[in-house]
Amino acid sequence: MSELMRGLNTMQEYSLLIGGKAGEGINTAGLSIAGLFSSLGYRVYMYFDYPSLIRGGHNFAIIRAADRPIGAHRTRVDVLLALDRKTIETHKERIDGKTTVIYDSSQVKEGMGYGLPLDDIIAEERASPITRNSAMLGALARVAGIDREILEDVLRAAVPEKHLDSNLRVAARGYSAVESVFSVKQLDAPALPVLTGNEAAGLGLVYGGLDTYVAYPMTPSSGVLHFLAGRAEDLGIRVIHPENEISVILMALGLAYTGERAAVGTSGGGFCLMTEGLSFAGMSEMPVTIVLSQRPGPSTGVPTYTAQSDLHFALNAGQGEFPRLVVAPGDPHEACAWSATALMLSWRYQVPAIILMDKTLAEGACSFDLDASTPPRDHEPLLEDGEGEYRRYRLTEDGVSPLAFPGMEGVTVKANSYAHDERGFTTEKAEEIRALQEKLLRKAGSLKAELEGYQTVKTYGAPDAARTIICWGSQKWVCIEAAAGVGARVVQPVVLAPFPVEAWSKAMAGAGEVVCVENNATGQVARLLREHGFDPGRSILKYDGRPFAVDELTARLEEVFV
Amino acid sequence: MTPDRSAAGLITPVQNTWCPGCGNFSIQHMMRSAIAEISEEEGIPIEKFVFLGGIGCHGKLMDYLNVNSLYTIHGRSIPAATGIRLANRDLRVICHVGDGDIYAEGLDHLIFAAKRNTDITVIVHDNRVYGLTTGQYTPTSPTGFRGRSTPRGVAEQPMNPLEVMLAAGATHIARGYTRKTRHLKDIFKEAIMHRGFSFVDLLQICATYSNLTDYYDAHIYEMQDGDLDTGRFESALQKIREWDYDRDAPIAIGTFYSIERPLYEEGFSVPPSGLEERRGRVQRLVEGWR
Repeated sequence: MSELMRGLNTMQEYSLLIGGKAGEGINTAGLSIAGLFSSLGYRVYMYFDYPSLIRGGHNFAIIRAADRPIGAHRTRVDVLLALDRKTIETHKERIDGKTTVIYDSSQVKEGMGYGLPLDDIIAEERASPITRNSAMLGALARVAGIDREILEDVLRAAVPEKHLDSNLRVAARGYSAVESVFSVKQLDAPALPVLTGNEAAGLGLVYGGLDTYVAYPMTPSSGVLHFLAGRAEDLGIRVIHPENEISVILMALGLAYTGERAAVGTSGGGFCLMTEGLSFAGMSEMPVTIVLSQRPGPSTGVPTYTAQSDLHFALNAGQGEFPRLVVAPGDPHEACAWSATALMLSWRYQVPAIILMDKTLAEGACSFDLDASTPPRDHEPLLEDGEGEYRRYRLTEDGVSPLAFPGMEGVTVKANSYAHDERGFTTEKAEEIRALQEKLLRKAGSLKAELEGYQTVKTYGAPDAARTIICWGSQKWVCIEAAAGVGARVVQPVVLAPFPVEAWSKAMAGAGEVVCVENNATGQVARLLREHGFDPGRSILKYDGRPFAVDELTARLEEVFV
Repeated sequence: MTPDRSAAGLITPVQNTWCPGCGNFSIQHMMRSAIAEISEEEGIPIEKFVFLGGIGCHGKLMDYLNVNSLYTIHGRSIPAATGIRLANRDLRVICHVGDGDIYAEGLDHLIFAAKRNTDITVIVHDNRVYGLTTGQYTPTSPTGFRGRSTPRGVAEQPMNPLEVMLAAGATHIARGYTRKTRHLKDIFKEAIMHRGFSFVDLLQICATYSNLTDYYDAHIYEMQDGDLDTGRFESALQKIREWDYDRDAPIAIGTFYSIERPLYEEGFSVPPSGLEERRGRVQRLVEGWR
């Protein structure tokens, strides 16, 4: 047995699933379960699955807790918490002889495991129907051998004061209705908060200097809007929801023209509407940061599920040729760090920046350590020094012109969507058009040179492995875990434009047998690699709206790595 | 560029490319005079004015006046103007837009700006034709108008933009005519000084594709004191409906409606400055999580 495998065998981890109808608070219940394990020092990850409807249907959350960082789910679960019959029927393949099933016996008549009469419990405790989740949480704590005090602390942190008492009573009923099956021990590690990728991206934007966030609701990016709107006063920012995505990006550009750092958030359909504003940002050299959260398309596609299918859209959206920064963080830590970095770099180089997320990352949650997520370096915009006549588009060696903002004494700021001269006046003269285009290209070169000092390509696992898995964005952690099982290493490009050619060459030296794992149907990052002259190897693709589970990906990798 | 505060100093050296006889010349001159006078009378530095343009002949004004400007894209100047006002409430933000630009492509933004009552001024250069794209009909072209895209005549009725703006909640609504220049300057000054969303539909001729000079000269009249009550919705609506941009009727110019309402931007607290403080807030929020 290798040292790695011995290590895997001694690792502690638990998988739990809670399921029920939409409207029953499954997401919140899942986060409470994550909080329960987090308070014991575990690192947690939660995947939340829900169809696009308000009430009914089937929602479920898989929570995984481990004694090491994780960021993916497994198929099998140790505990299944079923608020309805559909949860048991849907998740049969996740259950084996060692799985503990806890179900609502008011809904499920002949279940195996522990049946809790939730209707009776809430009637007797005179509690609201939503407290069913607390009974489940109580039962889970008992099954997992977790002290009642820890359970109560988690509820105190999660439940508003006026509902706390009834939730504690209902949780106690769940706790006493079952018996201890296994024993989750306290770990010697700090309890970390559990954040979604959307929350982490929002925090990163503020860390990078965000003044105003502008967005029109669209799943799965709305979490950023809700989080920042809910915390706007705490964070000292402004949050605006205008009439549509066209207005969103134009408002952001108006804010940028006036010197405020603005970011916007959307998904594919909204980004379609933003593309004219994106080109405007490119031509007028006004910074804007776009959180682009992918879901399956084309068109409305599958609104509440996941995909990595908008990479080339993000890379190529807009008419004309202009530089942009495109980054694809792989987890909430990277989402926070790269959102801050993208916002700062968009201002330093006066280019649009796109943070490419997806539903798995945006709405998935994991243990979050802010110190582990601090972006690499600070950047301030280049400001006009006030000497001589102001020229908004002054031709400089690195292509970046000093900024001034309207209202400043003694300057006139003329920004322009047309081809323009250095002062911002419209031009159609051949030599001025050429000079402007070359200025934009010089800026692209400067941004690329800047990024050489960043970890634009990340590698994980044994450097001398003869197999390499390429992945991007949210597939990072599932690949890291699956790679350990098949003796491969993982290479993840974080910056996708400007593409870090040198860092990529270096990371892929001696890659051996190569496989590219993506949540899309055509292998979009593989195509990008081929465009830059690199061989992406064979593709493993999943395009059913669901992310890979660790065991599922391991099986696919074993088929390819023969 | 260093601004010159005099009206003459506001002209840039950029070569003017409007057609001879274009209504834009009087808009340019009266707008220049209006902001120079406001600057002097109210003590507002020229640097505090920002112009926005969409796409069309009107937008060239961005190049011809030495004032802060954001030359935007077709129909989109209003959301950008809203962003500018949110970021800096000391600025006087004036959108110059075209009738095709804002009543077709940008109508949603226009309605929402009126609904919000953000403190910007929208001046519509309404020549009732697409000039720069060579003569197609616009939302205010009369029924039967023969343009290059409608050679048999427009089958739709024109919209009455003043009626739309009144319904949308605009707090200041006026109409001007480019050949009544002194009246035009007063209309501009009043709209710019209005506290809230102000809207001016400016009838102008397109010398090349829609020269309505004789028609306008015969129909347009300046409203006098007592013609209507500008503080009353019903009074404004009645006057606004006197001419529907289609049938023959007297065409009133002047202010139709002017009321006070809270400003959109007052609903937001001003963000504190300082990156370090912002980062401290992020740190505290994470530490106190859930």
